[in-house]
Amino acid sequence: MTAETLATLPTAAAAPPGPFREFWGYFRANHGAVGGLVVVVVVLLMAALAPVLAPYPPDLTNNAAFLQPPAWQTGGSWAYPLGTDAIGRDILSRLIYGARLSLLIGIAVVALSIVVGIALGLVAGFARGFTEIAIMRLMDIVLTLPSLLLAIVIVAILGPGLMNAMLAVAVVILPHYVRLTRAAVITETSKDYVTAARANGAGTLRLMFGEVLPNCAAPLIVQASLGVSTAILDAAALGFLGLGAQPPAPEWGTMLADAREFVLRAWWVVTFPGLMILVTVLAFNLLGDGLRDALDPKLKR
Amino acid sequence: MLRFLLRRISLVIPTFIGMTLLAFFLIRIVPGDPIETMAGERGIDAARHAALLKEYGLDRPVLVQYGIYIARVLHGDLGKSMITQEPVLREFGTLFPATIELAACAILFALALGIPAGMIAAVRRNSVFDHGVMGVSLTGYSMPIFWWGLLLILLFSVQLGWTPVSGRIAVLYDVPPVTGFLTIDSLLSGEKGAFKSAVMHLILPTIVLGTNPLAIIARMTRSAMLEVLGEDYIRTARAKGLSKVRVVALHAFRNALIPVITVIGLQVGVLFTGAILTETIFSWPGVGKWLIEAINRRDYPVLQGGLLMLGIVVMLVNLLVDVMYGVINPRIRHASSR
Repeated sequence: MTAETLATLPTAAAAPPGPFREFWGYFRANHGAVGGLVVVVVVLLMAALAPVLAPYPPDLTNNAAFLQPPAWQTGGSWAYPLGTDAIGRDILSRLIYGARLSLLIGIAVVALSIVVGIALGLVAGFARGFTEIAIMRLMDIVLTLPSLLLAIVIVAILGPGLMNAMLAVAVVILPHYVRLTRAAVITETSKDYVTAARANGAGTLRLMFGEVLPNCAAPLIVQASLGVSTAILDAAALGFLGLGAQPPAPEWGTMLADAREFVLRAWWVVTFPGLMILVTVLAFNLLGDGLRDALDPKLKR
Repeated sequence: MLRFLLRRISLVIPTFIGMTLLAFFLIRIVPGDPIETMAGERGIDAARHAALLKEYGLDRPVLVQYGIYIARVLHGDLGKSMITQEPVLREFGTLFPATIELAACAILFALALGIPAGMIAAVRRNSVFDHGVMGVSLTGYSMPIFWWGLLLILLFSVQLGWTPVSGRIAVLYDVPPVTGFLTIDSLLSGEKGAFKSAVMHLILPTIVLGTNPLAIIARMTRSAMLEVLGEDYIRTARAKGLSKVRVVALHAFRNALIPVITVIGLQVGVLFTGAILTETIFSWPGVGKWLIEAINRRDYPVLQGGLLMLGIVVMLVNLLVDVMYGVINPRIRHASSR
C-alpha cells in the first residue's frame, strides 16, 4: 500500500462528522434547546445594542408621566410602549439596559466560580489525603446550608451591592464545579492514557491541564450553562431583597423591589421585569439541557 | 445496620464543627468590632468600649473565644438579640412553627400534584400531556418565585379579591398558641371562622413556595418511572395479565419511589431558601422574614444563631433521609459499610 492510496481513503469512505458537526446534529434535533439558544442570542444583542435599541437612557425621568400604563391600555401612549415607573422612567429602556447587568452577573459569576472550582477540584483529585478531605468537607458545608441564605449572610457581612452579591453567588455555586472536577479527575487518572503520559515523564501540572482537564470539559460546559441561570436567578433574588444591585441600577430584581409597593395599582411595573428574568433563566436552562443531551449522549433519555 | 448508622452520624460531626466555625467567624469579618457595631452611629467612649469588650469576652484570644462559643452553643445558648434582648433560641422557637407550617403545606402541595403528573407523563410518554408537564415543570424550575408571588397577589388578591394579601390570620381572631401551627390552633380555639381565615392566608404562600419543589418532583418522578417501566419485571407483570393501572401503581411506582424520596429530602434546603423570599412577600411571620429583618437592623447574634439553627435542621433532615434510604434499600446499607 502506498502513501497515495492511504491519503485518499478518508474521502472514499463516508467521512465521519467532525466533533462540532456531530454536536450540532444532536443539538439541532432538540427544539427546546434551539429556542433557548435563540432567546439567549436575542438577550445578548439587547445587551450589546442597548444604547441603539432603547428609546431613552435608563435613568431619564419624566415628571409628566408617573406610572403611565403601557401603550395598549387607556391612558398609555406609544412614547412609552411598556409604560413608566413611579418616577417616570421608561420601563422598556430599563429592561433593555437591565439585560447588560443580568448577563454580566450570570457570566462573571460562573467564570469566577468555574476557575476557582476547577483549581480546587484538580487539587483535591490529584492531592488526595488530608487536602482532599479538607476541601470536600468545606464544599459539603456550603452545600448543606440553604444557598440563598448563605448568599444573604455573605452579603450582609460584606455590605449590599452588585459586586458583593456576585461574589456571594459565586461562593454558593462553587461546590458543583469542585465536585464535578474532582469526580472526573479521579475517573480519568485511573485510565491508561494518563499512566502513559506519566510514564513519559509528564509533570503533575502538565497532567492536570494538558491531559485530564480537556477530558472533563463536557460536564463542566453543561454545568456552566445551567450555572448562568442559577446565578441570574439568585442575584435577582438578592436584588429583590435590597441586597444586590442598588437603585437606580436597572437590574431586573432591583426593579421588582422598587415596584413592590405599586403592585396594587400598576401591574406593569411588576409584571415586565419578572417576565424578563423568567424568560432569560428558562432560556439558559433549555440551552443547558440541550448541551447535556448533545455533549453527553450517555445521559440522554 | 448499627455500623451503617454510626458511620453516617460520624460524618455529621465535622460538618457541624465547620458550621459553627462559619457562624463564629462571620461576625468577625465585619469591619469594626461587634461593640462598635452595637453602639452604632452614636459612637462610644474608649473606657466604656474597653469595659464592654471585657464583659463580652472579646479581649481574649480568638481560639479561647471560639471554645467559649462552642460550649455555649452546646448548652443551647445562642446569645441575645441586640434589638429585643430576647434569647435568639427562644425567638427562633416561637417563629419556626410558622415556617414549618408553610413548608409542610408547600411540600404536600408539590407531592400531591407532582407525583401523579410525573407518573402520567411517563406512562403517556411523548404525548401532549407529557410535553405539557415537562414544559410547565421547566418553567416552574426557572421561576423567580418572588415575582410569581407578586403575580398571584395581583390576580387573586387584587383582581378577584379571593385571598388576603399578607399575614397568617385575620387580625380579629386571637388564637391562643398551643402547637404554633395556626391551622391546628385555630381549630382547637373553637372560634368560628378562625380556621377558614388561617387556611385562606396559607393558600398563596403555599403555591409560591411549592412551585420549585413541584417542578423538580414532577421531573424526577417522570424519569424514575421511565427507567422502571423499561425493566423486564414490568413486562412479566403485564404478561401475567395484570391490569395496566395495577402494574403502574403498584409494581412500577414502588421502585420508582427511591430516587423520588431522595429528591424530597434534598428539597428541605430549597424550601428554606424559598421561605426567605415567600415570607418577605407575604409578611409571613417566620424565621425567613426574621433573618431578613435582622440583616436590615444589623442584629448579628440573630443572624449568626439563625444561620446555625437552619444549617443544623437541614443537616439533620439530610441525615434522616440517608438513614431512611439505607433502611428501605439494603444494597446501600451494605455498600457503604464496606
